Amino acid sequence: MRTRRQAVLLILPCLAVLAGLFVLPQALMLAASLWQRSPYGGLVREWTVANYARAVDPLYVWILVRSFSLAFSTTLLCLVVGWPVAYWLGLRVAPRHKNALLVLVILPFWTSFLVRLYAWIFLLRQEGLVNLALGALGIPPLPLLYNDFAVMLGQVYGELPFMILPLYASIEKLDRSLLEAAADLGATPVRRLFRVTLPLTEPGIAAGCLLVFIPSLGAFLAPDLLGGGRTAYIGNLVQSQFAVARDMPFGSALSFLLTLAVLALLWVFRRPLRAASEA
Amino acid sequence: MRGAVSIDSVRKTYGDVVALDHVSLEVQPGEFMTLLGPSGCGKTTLLRLLAGFEAPDEGRLLISGRDVAGLPPYERPVNTVFQHYALFPHRTVAGNVAFGLEARGLSPAVTAEKVARALDTVRLTGLGERRIDQLSGGQKQRVALARAVVLEPDVLLLDEPMAALDPKLRKEMRVEVKNLQERLRTTFLFVTHDQEEALVMADRIAVMSHGRIEQLERTEALYERPRTRFVADFLGVRNLIDATVTAVDAGLATLRTRGGLVFRAADDGGYRPGAGVVVGIRSERVHMNGTPAGENTLPGTLDDEIYLGDRTDWRVRAGDVVFTVAEAAAQVRDRRRGEPVTISFPAAAVLRLEES
Repeated sequence: MRTRRQAVLLILPCLAVLAGLFVLPQALMLAASLWQRSPYGGLVREWTVANYARAVDPLYVWILVRSFSLAFSTTLLCLVVGWPVAYWLGLRVAPRHKNALLVLVILPFWTSFLVRLYAWIFLLRQEGLVNLALGALGIPPLPLLYNDFAVMLGQVYGELPFMILPLYASIEKLDRSLLEAAADLGATPVRRLFRVTLPLTEPGIAAGCLLVFIPSLGAFLAPDLLGGGRTAYIGNLVQSQFAVARDMPFGSALSFLLTLAVLALLWVFRRPLRAASEA
Repeated sequence: MRGAVSIDSVRKTYGDVVALDHVSLEVQPGEFMTLLGPSGCGKTTLLRLLAGFEAPDEGRLLISGRDVAGLPPYERPVNTVFQHYALFPHRTVAGNVAFGLEARGLSPAVTAEKVARALDTVRLTGLGERRIDQLSGGQKQRVALARAVVLEPDVLLLDEPMAALDPKLRKEMRVEVKNLQERLRTTFLFVTHDQEEALVMADRIAVMSHGRIEQLERTEALYERPRTRFVADFLGVRNLIDATVTAVDAGLATLRTRGGLVFRAADDGGYRPGAGVVVGIRSERVHMNGTPAGENTLPGTLDDEIYLGDRTDWRVRAGDVVFTVAEAAAQVRDRRRGEPVTISFPAAAVLRLEES
């Protein structure tokens, strides 16, 4: 039997990692967000709330709203595209092909996201492969790159595996006799989908949505590369405050607000998320 | 004819495995039919074909006189009680029972009333709001029953529904299911590998082996007259003896084992002098010591004792055969191994069996 002291010992490494890599940076950021910027981009340790006052300017609120809507539509699209894939992998594919197909899902991770986004640029740009192919069919080139469409495409593409994998895990565990029971009791395939299959894979849906939504909210690579920097999202904004504008206090304030927004969201959806973590 | 099931030369294979080998079976409306057999004999496959989860390779299935080929499960007039219940964990007890009624588009009021009545039927009154994981095994079993019978199917299919229950509960549920069937008068097609379960509940039993029906009989008749070695063995006939027919005379056949043990069997017309046969004798028909019971009296020695509480099985060596002799607890006397005994049994207790 484990004593209480042993339990504390076991949890200690985890606490140390969280303290060093999460709590401490967050505290530093909170402090920085309440300090002032020196003319040369350094920190002046004088307390102020001016950074937060600036952050609630309608311009920045609008950027935050745009970021939420990007994250929301990315999540929704990933769910709509990912669920059938996960269902097919989990219930329809012959067991001997399953592992090979799962490897295909995670294969993109073997290449840096940056490189993969450049590949998309080659596909989507004015004289890219897609427009070349369309041109061969006599269709004039479409504006595929440097707009919101391109950003969303890149985001969905990048986050899709994070949706498919938890969905697959929960669908694969689904007791097939429950699906048979539903049909046996008179449920048509559509009814069965909405009354049995989807409710029972809810934990996977919650986990997948969380894993896609949160990184999408702070995304800056796809907006930067595929949006051409023309479209502003909170992720680029923060990144540019640190790297370009050299305004660490304001960047920290924006980051901290973003963290608060995510925490609020987690609290709102705490119930399905708990189910997800228990599953 | 509502409730009739007609299975006509059905064949089903999985790769190289023949699960059902041209099986034919007629079930009468309102009958309690049991499919009995060891795992892998095809009994569950037959049920799944009727439910519509799988399609036969050959043959026809008629339910209530209607060919169900191509009908999906949700359009068939049958319902299934699954082996592990398959209750929906995200629904309450009432939610589970209501599932099929909702699928039929019944109004909430009618649904609620039918659910309440179905829960009364299976003695779960007032437990409608319970969650499934708050139920005991026996209660889950009852919910599964209620969920299926509330739809008033023409035929209820039960796939080893008691396999997961403990022995005591299983005995109680046997009686309950039997009573339920008698009240509803619905055709029950019940799959089990438990011969006792089959004997207690069924009107007729089809014993299955290797994808075929070995014997189909009314329950009492099957128990009294198993036709093959497999059926006799499966129904607990513990003395199975290989012998050669030496003579047939005046209604009695004389049999001789390889080791020279000679005994007589009532001739059912199937014994041919010189032919090899296998016969079965129920252990409770063999007596030990006392007044000889019937035509055969054989000397032997006591080999072993298997205490079973309500009875004791003695192993008695007579010639090259080891007989099992059952003695009810009340009659059991203290005996020592190696003790010489006399066993006796009537010629009528010797059942001629066919090799399967």
